[in-house]
Amino acid sequence: MSNAFLTIVQLAERVRTKQVSATELAKDGLAKANASADLNVFLHVDADLTLAEAKAADARIAAGETSALLGIPIAHKDIFVTRGWRTTAGSKMLANYVSPFDATVVEKLKLAGAVSLGKLNCDEFAMGSSNENSAFGAVKNPYDVSRIPGGSSGGSAAAVAAGIVPATTGTDTGGSLRQPAAMCGITAIKPTYGRVSRYGMVAFASSLDQAGPMAHTAHDCALLLDAMAGFDERDSTSLNSEKAKASILRAFSDNISSKRPPNGEFAHLRIGVPMEFFADGLNNEVACAVNAAIDTFKKGGATLVDISLPRTALSIPAYYVIAPAEASSNLSRFDGVRYGHRAAEYTDLNSMISNSRSEGFGHEVKRRILTGAYVLSHGYFDAYYLQAQRVRRLIAQDFQAAFQQCDLIMGPVAPTTAWKIGEKSTDPTAMYLEDIFTLGVSLAGLPGMSVPCGLDKNNLPIGLQIIGNYFDEARMLSEAHRFQQLTDWLNSK
Amino acid sequence: MSFDPAAITQLAKLACLNLPPDSLSQMGDDMSAIFGLIDTLQAVDTKGVAPLAHPLATIEELTLTCRADVAMATDIVGSLANASETENGLFLVPRVIE
Repeated sequence: MSNAFLTIVQLAERVRTKQVSATELAKDGLAKANASADLNVFLHVDADLTLAEAKAADARIAAGETSALLGIPIAHKDIFVTRGWRTTAGSKMLANYVSPFDATVVEKLKLAGAVSLGKLNCDEFAMGSSNENSAFGAVKNPYDVSRIPGGSSGGSAAAVAAGIVPATTGTDTGGSLRQPAAMCGITAIKPTYGRVSRYGMVAFASSLDQAGPMAHTAHDCALLLDAMAGFDERDSTSLNSEKAKASILRAFSDNISSKRPPNGEFAHLRIGVPMEFFADGLNNEVACAVNAAIDTFKKGGATLVDISLPRTALSIPAYYVIAPAEASSNLSRFDGVRYGHRAAEYTDLNSMISNSRSEGFGHEVKRRILTGAYVLSHGYFDAYYLQAQRVRRLIAQDFQAAFQQCDLIMGPVAPTTAWKIGEKSTDPTAMYLEDIFTLGVSLAGLPGMSVPCGLDKNNLPIGLQIIGNYFDEARMLSEAHRFQQLTDWLNSK
Repeated sequence: MSFDPAAITQLAKLACLNLPPDSLSQMGDDMSAIFGLIDTLQAVDTKGVAPLAHPLATIEELTLTCRADVAMATDIVGSLANASETENGLFLVPRVIE
């Protein structure tokens, strides 16, 4: 049996029993990356760097070390800075940038023994929902190469869906882990804001950005998230509370090993179903698949609770004020001086900066910088930015009110399945509306998951979104794991 | 809110961006459509609601942690390697004072 589409749990067993070495897995992954070049998933592969990491993992295995991620090939979204591999953030601005340090997430996964296959394509500075905004070309969805893989972690989702690697890293500012996971039929989790260090993630919107894993299963995501999470003094928003420091993997393992009655495995669970997630605009096939998934929990004894998240629609304008505002501030560091593109022609310092920025940034990034500059400008700051932050609090409070009635919230990840490349790229607002079910979770800083739950008539994947309260990742992952034991959507490709 | 080419030009100047003249109209249309979406926020009654910056401030008192104020080891050579122009370990910019 080939190693394609095997989970981390399955591969780790093969590594542990010496059926396969880290080097063999790395070579296999590199060959698959090469064979899948038409998907445009990878932005930088360096076989020497990968094989050196694999050799180090094999040495640790030979020395008797065992851990779930030791020798497992992964790949990183090109938002995480890496020593050795270029970090472009999908932008011409950083086309040749090589970081002198590793992001904390990269460092932690390396320490856990994972072997990096390289850097994955994404929307420029993670700004996009389709991966068409990359300066290095669109990524293709492995389910249908004429379609988008979702975004902004589109390369990360497509790499797992294509069976190149069993897992990848991604980031989620407004849905960028969950939406591409849904559109590529894989599992992903955005953790509670502050769980995972942002140090070394190229910043887009600092109060929203959060890293997370993408893999085939919830179990694999639990292994990865446990390795990625933890307090980091280099990120001022990294959380150091007891809840934040609790082991995700231990709680996950306890949950999945606890005995539950057959046909009553979800009897303890109250699932909130927000009416606003099933309103007009939701594709009928998506609605049917998500309802069928929720019904699986109900048949297992879960209690369904009708809830309301009344400001769901307002999450779009609130997000598209706050995120561009923070982006315009974060991206002001790109001035052609210390790193990034410098224009060849200029007359003075000011024209050097503006020419460099104009040549280096793509259209969507410029649009968001201008939006951000406007809402932060004198006379508009209160009316736009502070008003959006006030609405943000109301949205977060709506979720807290909902969690008084339920343990988890479930609904669709996205209103539709993957659309055709180019179909929505000329209409920014049409693209923004696609984020309606994921933005509220990001604004509230809550953990959110995408779990495969069906296919539409074109055989395109559909994702179930599971939303938990703060620090409830272990429960979300373990209930998703039980769901995946009862269903077979993981093997639908 | 609508943005004509003059408004876009002014905004671009503030953001240190040069936009080609033939793109100003399209950018203005895009921005007008985006602000059509954004302006729905103005109708929300937020009297007495404090702005939320760190999302977890919804549930707990938060103090952002700062690391100790000591210099971290920095890879000077690696940092300088990404600059377009350097000299004697310094970043070079075009002459500012004649």
